[in-house]
Amino acid sequence: MNDAKHSRTLTALLLAPAGVFFVFLLVLPLLVMLVYSFGVRAPEGGYQAAFTFDNYLNLPARGKAFTNTLLLAPLATALTVLFAYPMAYFLAVKVSPRWRNAMLVLVVAPFWTSQLLRYYAWMMILGSKGIPSWLEWIGIADVRLLNTPYAVLIGAVYGFLPLMVPPIFVSLEKLDKRLLEASADLGSKPWQSFLQITLPLSLPGVATGSMLVFILLMGDYILPQFLGGGKVYFIGNALVDLFLQSRNWPFGAAVSIALVIIMFVTMYFYMRFVLGKTDQRRVAMV
Amino acid sequence: MFEQPVIAFENVTKTFGNVHAVVDNNLAVKAGEFLSILGPSGCGKTTSLRMMAGFEQPSSGAVSIQGQNMTGVPAFLRPVNMVFQHYALFPHLNVADNVSYGLRQRRPKPADAELAKSVADALEMVRLSGYEKRRSYELSGGQQQRVALARALINRPAVLLLDEPLAALDRKLRREMQIELQNLQRNLGITFLLVTHDQEEALSMSDRVCVMREGRIVQIGSPRELYDKPINSYVAGFVGKANFFVGPKADTVLCVRPELLEISATRKTLPQGLADAFDVTVLNRIFLGEHTEYLVRHESLGDFTVLSPRKSEHASGVFDIGDKAAVGWHKSAAQILTTT
Repeated sequence: MNDAKHSRTLTALLLAPAGVFFVFLLVLPLLVMLVYSFGVRAPEGGYQAAFTFDNYLNLPARGKAFTNTLLLAPLATALTVLFAYPMAYFLAVKVSPRWRNAMLVLVVAPFWTSQLLRYYAWMMILGSKGIPSWLEWIGIADVRLLNTPYAVLIGAVYGFLPLMVPPIFVSLEKLDKRLLEASADLGSKPWQSFLQITLPLSLPGVATGSMLVFILLMGDYILPQFLGGGKVYFIGNALVDLFLQSRNWPFGAAVSIALVIIMFVTMYFYMRFVLGKTDQRRVAMV
Repeated sequence: MFEQPVIAFENVTKTFGNVHAVVDNNLAVKAGEFLSILGPSGCGKTTSLRMMAGFEQPSSGAVSIQGQNMTGVPAFLRPVNMVFQHYALFPHLNVADNVSYGLRQRRPKPADAELAKSVADALEMVRLSGYEKRRSYELSGGQQQRVALARALINRPAVLLLDEPLAALDRKLRREMQIELQNLQRNLGITFLLVTHDQEEALSMSDRVCVMREGRIVQIGSPRELYDKPINSYVAGFVGKANFFVGPKADTVLCVRPELLEISATRKTLPQGLADAFDVTVLNRIFLGEHTEYLVRHESLGDFTVLSPRKSEHASGVFDIGDKAAVGWHKSAAQILTTT
């Protein structure tokens, strides 16, 4: 009895920091945003109390930001999976355990340098003195990369690969190798075994990685700013403009709330699609 | 007439680095038999099985299945199927999809109706009808074991390889599965090859038992042959219980099975015609139901065990710890074996 009470108190104490964090840094700001989104812009900028749906009706004015984000973020996520999966597979299956950790550290190493620095480097690489000039040298002229959606995609794959590889790696590494032996024993060729056993059982890792990358990309504004040059305009850039430049906080709040709703809906259907198929919700919850 | 063995090992050796897992083995598995490979862990029995399945290639020598040399033939092309120690059921597939997995790898792929029929038959065979839609984590250990069996047997393999399949089950379930495995083997006529470290299991289920030690085959024979005519003290000690006494020559021992020893209150009350009789002190008594096991001490022979059957207790008597008693054996009960 006393023990049960004791452990309940302990549980409450352990959960308290996270609870405080969530309430003050997530729930409250979201509520503030929600309230703001129904207000109007004060004459000198900022928020003035009101109750209007105008901000939401006005959302199509930032339609380009929404379509850019909703097109490029899923595409970039998918591309990142395509690049990350073979890397993770190689690390988890082919590399000897002696080198595995060292190589995993190398994958994550770019995170040790500043994100800005890395995007500046890509500006050089993709800019007119970079890859386009090399292409010109072999006869392919007038290729523009920087300030195009391609630059944003390249930057996204490069930037988020270190986030995508580890979860896929973990799900591949903990895969029971005897399942592959069982599959081979039952007459399955290695490639069929991969498709029927390895791939479905690593989907939770793919789902976790994609979720991380997708959420970060949806809210990103530095990447489109640097590599899209303001031409490939994301919701994040719209928010920066609305809050910091034109100081239309209520409209910014409405855009934010719309972003949050879109994020929830996409994630919900994505998780259902990936995990529902293989009935691995319990695995993915870990 | 010489019948072709379904699996044959010819001078098969397997080394892992400096470890000699299997050393120069010759083995012929007869079609339709239930053969067990028995030995302690690390004796090379599992490595032998894995070379049959195709998960390991011999370092030298050759494995052949149904007369075909299997050198370089990958696991997925071999006409054998395996039941893994921890079953290795596919966690993302339900029971029906696990069981039909082997058939679904065939080209052309069998029709759905045909698959469903085969799965239903296979599940009926292992008494799991109606479990098609269950997931492996919803099943008990014994049920998982049956699914693993159905998944392997549905392919009608030339040989079913069983890698310590009952090790994870509790005693009662293990006994049930032993009987079930034996019945399946007899009814299907498929060759079963079982690897185990449990001598009781090997003796009770198999037509023949192959005893291995440190990568080598020590003896192959029927359970009765191994028990009655072990070729050395290792086999005698591993297969059933045995008492060893100092032998007549160097590197020999005198071996007497505990159940062949007679025990009585005094030498006079022992049965007639015994080759030897000794006065002993009872050190310990274990009641085993149909038997009582005594640990006794003789001043020069040392400690040994005697099994006294319940049936003859009215004649031999029951002894307490510390009691004096007399023990003897018939001439035929004692064997002189080489030590190894």
